[in-house]
This record gives sequence, structure tokens and C-alpha cells, in this order.
Amino acid sequence: MKYSKYLMSVAAVALAGAATAEEMTIVSWGGAYSKSQLKAYHEPYSEKTGITIINDDSSNEAVAKLRAMNEADNVTWDVVDVVASDAIRLCDEGLAMEIDADEVLAPAPDGTPASEDFGDLLVSECFIPQIVYSTTFGYRTDMVGDTPPTDVCAVFDTEAYPGKRALEKRPINNMEWALICDGVGFDEVYDVLATDEGQDRALAKLETIKDDVVWWSAGADTPQLLADGEVVMGSTYNGRLFSVIEEQKQPVAMLWDAQVFDLDGWIIPAGLSEERKQRALDYIYFATDTQRLADQAKYISYGPARASSAPLVGQHAELGIEMAPHMPTDPENAKRTFLYNYEFWADYRDDIDAKFQAWLAQ
Amino acid sequence: MAKFKDVHIPISMSFTLSLIGLLVAATMLVAGVTTAEDFSEFLLTILGGVGLSVALAYALLSIFGTHVAAMIVSALLFAAAGLAVGSLGGAFFGAIGGVLFARLVFWLHFREYRRGLPPYLTAEQVLWHYGFRFICAAIFIFLITPILVVLPLSFNAENFFTFTPEMLRFDPEGYSLKHYRDFFTNNEWQRSFKNSLIIAPIATIISVSLGTLAAIGLSQSHVPGRRAIMAMLISPMIVPLIISATGMFFFYSSIGNFLEDSLGFNKTFVGYVKVILAHAVLGVPFVIITVTATLVGFDRSLTRAAANMGADPMTTFFRVQMPLILPGVISGGLFAFITSFDEVVVVLFVGSASQKTLPWQMFTGLREQISPTILAVATILVVISIALLTVVELLRRRSERLRGMSPG
Repeated sequence: MKYSKYLMSVAAVALAGAATAEEMTIVSWGGAYSKSQLKAYHEPYSEKTGITIINDDSSNEAVAKLRAMNEADNVTWDVVDVVASDAIRLCDEGLAMEIDADEVLAPAPDGTPASEDFGDLLVSECFIPQIVYSTTFGYRTDMVGDTPPTDVCAVFDTEAYPGKRALEKRPINNMEWALICDGVGFDEVYDVLATDEGQDRALAKLETIKDDVVWWSAGADTPQLLADGEVVMGSTYNGRLFSVIEEQKQPVAMLWDAQVFDLDGWIIPAGLSEERKQRALDYIYFATDTQRLADQAKYISYGPARASSAPLVGQHAELGIEMAPHMPTDPENAKRTFLYNYEFWADYRDDIDAKFQAWLAQ
Repeated sequence: MAKFKDVHIPISMSFTLSLIGLLVAATMLVAGVTTAEDFSEFLLTILGGVGLSVALAYALLSIFGTHVAAMIVSALLFAAAGLAVGSLGGAFFGAIGGVLFARLVFWLHFREYRRGLPPYLTAEQVLWHYGFRFICAAIFIFLITPILVVLPLSFNAENFFTFTPEMLRFDPEGYSLKHYRDFFTNNEWQRSFKNSLIIAPIATIISVSLGTLAAIGLSQSHVPGRRAIMAMLISPMIVPLIISATGMFFFYSSIGNFLEDSLGFNKTFVGYVKVILAHAVLGVPFVIITVTATLVGFDRSLTRAAANMGADPMTTFFRVQMPLILPGVISGGLFAFITSFDEVVVVLFVGSASQKTLPWQMFTGLREQISPTILAVATILVVISIALLTVVELLRRRSERLRGMSPG
């Protein structure tokens, strides 16, 4: 009995200690990406304001969880990092706060208003862009012989490059690559994919390598599979591949051909109390100015979303290598890039998802 | 009495060799399925392996008269083969394989497997005797290997779940303690460790108190509807966790909102309260079941005797009943603790990020970054669990000995 009283008082003290500091919960993707945000945004912000930032690595389920939280009237998140398509969905459902970019975001150092500095990347009223990333392929340099692949269609060429491939377990990007390698031009891909025949054609192309595919669902899977030598090539986010190649020194190289650009950024959940909303806006203003966005690129190879940040991108904070050549937006890497079409996938996603999953189960 | 052991059974070379061939083929069938490219290569590998091992067995049997010499030679041969394939690590495992192989050959050939068995057993009964042990060993191996594999991987010098060539060569370069360092220095891991250490003990205390009282109450025959109450109380154990978790999410959200808005409690504090209560609910069934089981052996006349001698019910409970059912209470408490300490689904729903527990951190870690720090944590947890269970078992034996319940 003595002991339980003692335990209780210890716990009470611990709880009280945890409760005093001002806190905000920021949701992100975990891994190297969260680390880059910690270094570039959270740490300087905590130092400046004294607010403790708590990381929740739940961005993967952000839409579902925000829906549930909203229904239970218990939103515990203050700022959420999501991909652009999720931001569009959350905005449409009224789960994210609408934002006037020029009012809440810092102008560029030369006075250019934020809406011009971000430009086309402001794809939704709720979305505050942060980085441009690409989904692209990496391959094992020791498993491709003397002719390393330079073309995305190497993925479909199991004769020249035998071995398993890692592809994401969803239709997005895979369907596009399949059509490109089936002879469809870049600008016609979405027209073809809008038809039933086009979807079947893409699946038929994927069928040719189905037995050789390892399907991944988390961004960390492909790096692990490549490091294991379990796959000869695999798609994932370019920052993950950068980490495998430059930080972990694995025998892997980038295949930038037909990389697909996408955006990632912040939203603020709708319906926060006035106090929490002001805190979230203050954080956003701080974390998305020109210098901070450029700072993030010191830790991970994703391109800053502001035009004014690009010239400020410098060297990797620990490795000391120039980051510009590792950016998906670098001209050398972006010779052939594919533009992800948000409207198309917003309209067709449910249908094609169902078809793709049925095909997978066959 | 005739000495059956000395009955001489003629030794047949063909029996030993064909059995060895069969065993090697079976082993290679399991291992070879994954490596061979096509069927003919697969068949060739197996035939080659069988031929080689049968020849080796024949040579060992005809050249050597004793186990020891054959074992040394066979170990050396296998080690040399291992060295050629996988250097130092290969040689090490080769040597072990060689010793085992020679032992197996002699064991089969000289009928050592009959030793220690009743001599009247038929061949089928002997086969079943070893088949049964083989199945038991296989079950044990399947249970324990996944845990054992994790231990060396947690000392990996690389950031992946992979046995690197350096590790297999036993090269010190391939090993490192950096994942342990990461666990002890990384804020996220430390915060979640601290949270687990706050949540699990308090939830355990609550569920042990409530569960013990409920079990004692429900063991009285005059309680109306006790079967129904019992079923209700242990339902968290039966209902799929994801369903309990969804229900708890909405239930505790409204409680939390009430505590925050109407009573003005701090958000973080309310978060802890919600998770602790949810985990206590999950722990209660374990306590009820174990305590109920102990109460079956509890002699009710003892409480009447105590009352007869003037003890009030509280005194009776703490001085008479509690010491006797303590083993059940403790093991129920252990189960409740482990339930809370291992739980990931409910805390994902009910908790917010400031209540992130160790399993939650491991779960997101596995999904988002596949870091061997998870394996380091798993190793630490395995060691702690073993230590905890050992201590409890030793204490139990000690108290049994002190009370004279067991000789020894």
C-alpha cells in the first residue's frame, strides 16, 4: 500500500510537470523527413517562443483521423503536414481552415507577396506548400551489369534487368508509367487513362511484370528492399533514395527518368480554438518563410516550394555536399518529368483504385 | 534378468546410408526451394547434396571406429567448405554442422537411438518417440527464432534490418551499439518510454484493485446475475480490439471534452487520464480470471473463523484472504501490466501525440522509417520481461518454501 501511494505521487508529479509547458502537436510523416523539419523549423521555433512541439507521425492516416476527430469534437492536432491531394480532400470536406496566402504568409525578402512567390503551387485554398518532391526509381548498381538503366521502361524490361521490382501498392504513378512504356506520349497519358480501354491497357502492361513485383505501402519499404538486395529497382520518394545513397552509402543510384512531381505542405485543422489557431498561424508564418524553406533542403533533398528559396539552397548540414544536384527540380535531373494531374485523380481515384485492387487480387 | 541392451542387432550399412540420404534430401527440399532457379537445377542440387553426404557418411563409417575422430574430421571438412563460401562466419557454422552430421551418422548406424528406450518397443514406436520430440522441437523453434533473430540485428552497424556480410564474417566493423545510443538519446524514444512507464503502472494498479474486488464479489454465490456481470466484465478481452478502440475513442472524447471544458483540467493531463482508464479496462478481465481461479481453492471457513474471532471484514480481507490469493493477484497484475505496456491499437485511437507510448513509437517507426532502433528497444524489452518473470517466479518459490507448501 505504501508503494502504491508513492507511485501515485510520482505519477502526479510527472503529469504536472508535463502539463505546465505550452505545447503544440504537429503531424508529419516520420523518418528523415520529420528530422529535417525538426532541424529546420521546430528547433529554432521552440528556441524563439518556448513552445514545446510534439511530433505525431500520422500523416499517412491524416484524412481518416481528422474526420474521426472532427466527429468526436476532439481535434488534438494543431498543424498537419499532408500531400496536396489530401489537402484538397480535407478542404472540400471543410476539415481544413481556408487561408489567404498574402495575409498569413511572409512575403519574399524582396517584397514579392507570398501568393506570387508560391505561384502555381497553391493548389487549394487550405494548402500551404512546403516542398516539391518526386516519386522516382532507384536501382542497385551491382545488380544491373554494365548497362545501368537510363529509361523508366527498364522497370518493365525483365529480360535486360532480371530481378524483383518494388512498386507502390496503389494505381497512382504506376498506371502512368505503364502507359508511357506502352508507347503513350506524356501529354496523352491522362486522356488515355480516362477511358476503360486505357485503364485495361495500363493494367495489361503491369501484368507483364506482376510476378516480379514486390508491392510497398510505406516510404521506408523500398530503401530497405534495395539495401537488402531483395529488389533490383524500386520506386519511392527521391528524398528516401538520397538518404540510402548519400547517407547510408548503399550501392544504389537514381533513375530520374519520368519522375513524377508532387507537392507536400501544411494545413491547419478547421475549428481550433482562437488561441490554438493563432499559435498555429504564428508557427506557419515562421516555418514557411524564404530562409526556413531553404534551410530544410540542408537535411533532405526536397525542393523548397518558394521561388525565392531556390538560390539559397546550400550544402547538406552533415555531409557537406552541394544539395542542388540532388534536387528533383535540378535541370540535369528534370530532363524528362511527368506532371501529376490532381484533378484527374480527384475524379477517377475511387474507380481506378477499385479496378487496381481487383487486379492485384487476381 | 536378461540384459536386453546387449542383444546384438546386425548393423546394416544400407539402412544408415539410405536414412542419411533421405534426411539430407528433406533438409535441402526445405532450403533449396527458395534458391534454385528452375526445376532441373533444383533436382540436380538435391541429388548432388544427397550423393555427397551419403559418400561422406560411408567414408566416416568405414574409416573411423570412434565418434570423436569422425566428428573432428567432419567438422574440419565442413568448416573448410564454409570458409570457402562465407569466410569466418561460414567456417563457424560449417564446423557446427560437421559435428552434428558425424554425430547423426554414428547415432543412426550404431542404433544409439534405442538406448534409454524400453527394449520391447517396435520400430514404429521408436520412430514415433523421436517424431514426437521432433515436432515439439519444431514448435519451440518456430516460437523462439523470431525473437532470437532480432537480438543480433539490433547490433547492426547499418541502418537496415539486414545481416550484412561484415556481420556474417564476425567482423567487429559490422557491429555497433549506435541503435542503443539512439534509443537513450533520442527525445521521441525517451518521451514514449517515459509515457509507457507512467501509463502502465497506474493502469495496472487500477485494474488490479477493481479486478480483485470484482472477482471476490462474483465468487459469492448470493450475488444476483453474476454470470451476466462476469461476461460483461471480461468482454474487453473477447470483443475485437479495434471495435473496443473505436467505441472508446468516442466515449473518452466526450469525457475528455467534459473534463477540459467544464472542469477546466489541463489538456495533457486529461489525455493521460483517458489512456490510463482505457488501459485499466483492458487489464481488468485478466485480473478477474486469474483471481477467480485462485479463489476456487480458497477455504471460505477461514473468513468465518476470522469473523468468529472478532476481526472486521477489512482486517479479514487484508490479513487472511489477501495473503492466500496473492499469487493470483500478482499474476493478474503482471498480465494487466503487459497488456498496457504492449498495447498499440487503443492508445492510437484514444491518446494524442503527447501520450505516445513505446509500442506506438515502435509502430510508427516500423512503418515510416524501418530503423533498427526498434530492434534495440525490442531486445531491451525482451531482457526486461525475462528478468521480471524470473524475479516473480523466484519470489513465488521463496514464499512457497517459507510457508512449507513445497519441499525444497
